[in-house]
Amino acid sequence: MAETPKIRVPKTAKKGEVIEIKTLMPHIMESGQRKDKDGKAIPRKIINKFTAEFNGKPVFSANLEPAIAANPYMQFFAKVDASGTFKFTWTDDDGTVTSTEQKIDVA
Amino acid sequence: MRELSRRAALALGAGSAAITIVGWGEGAFATPKAAADDIAKFTGGKAAEQGKITIELPEIAENGNTVPLSIAVDAPMTDADHVTELLVVAEGNPNPGVAMFHFSPMSGKAEAATRIRLATTQNIVAVAKTSTGKFYTAQKLVKVTIGGCGG
Repeated sequence: MAETPKIRVPKTAKKGEVIEIKTLMPHIMESGQRKDKDGKAIPRKIINKFTAEFNGKPVFSANLEPAIAANPYMQFFAKVDASGTFKFTWTDDDGTVTSTEQKIDVA
Repeated sequence: MRELSRRAALALGAGSAAITIVGWGEGAFATPKAAADDIAKFTGGKAAEQGKITIELPEIAENGNTVPLSIAVDAPMTDADHVTELLVVAEGNPNPGVAMFHFSPMSGKAEAATRIRLATTQNIVAVAKTSTGKFYTAQKLVKVTIGGCGG
């Protein structure tokens, strides 16, 4: 059930620049509040954690609750001092971790 | 015969999934006190100073299922002085927790944006913790036309 996250990271940046990163993860984010047609609660199933690292160092992360809307969108910033690779991960309640990487050239 | 509450009828009319929303009577929502409890756990009871935080939310959210939220904390983000965590709670949702953002000096800016669900008109409260042990807080009222927790 692996979904493909969409990420927007600049391909290049100047040393020391603070860049903006946008990510979107397709996911129903079932809150646990909804009931099915028989009145039974639909169990919660959400992405509960998002992390962003650059060259192995934490840049930004978020613990998410059911109040985060479906297809969780995260926009944040990163200060880049050298070329390298961003790694983004999304963790589902069921333990599944989806990750993707993106390189950036920093001059 | 199943009776639909007015809210459920509105939501169905708005084209959302055909699932009856039940259990939305009194007591279905959190209270400002539950949100305050979450905040007290975060601050360890320490007082949070008003300010430094800008919360961007629409004044009126037409669709409570997805409301854009952007928060910025005015902070140097140096090794010596940076925001470490930012707690966001919703005073009127079934559960107050919305998100906890973690920053580091590598964040460059203590800013984040996402989209949230709001069940009803309510205050969103943000509390920032800094590496120097200080806490800042701000809040914003959002009016919600169609609530977005039942689907």
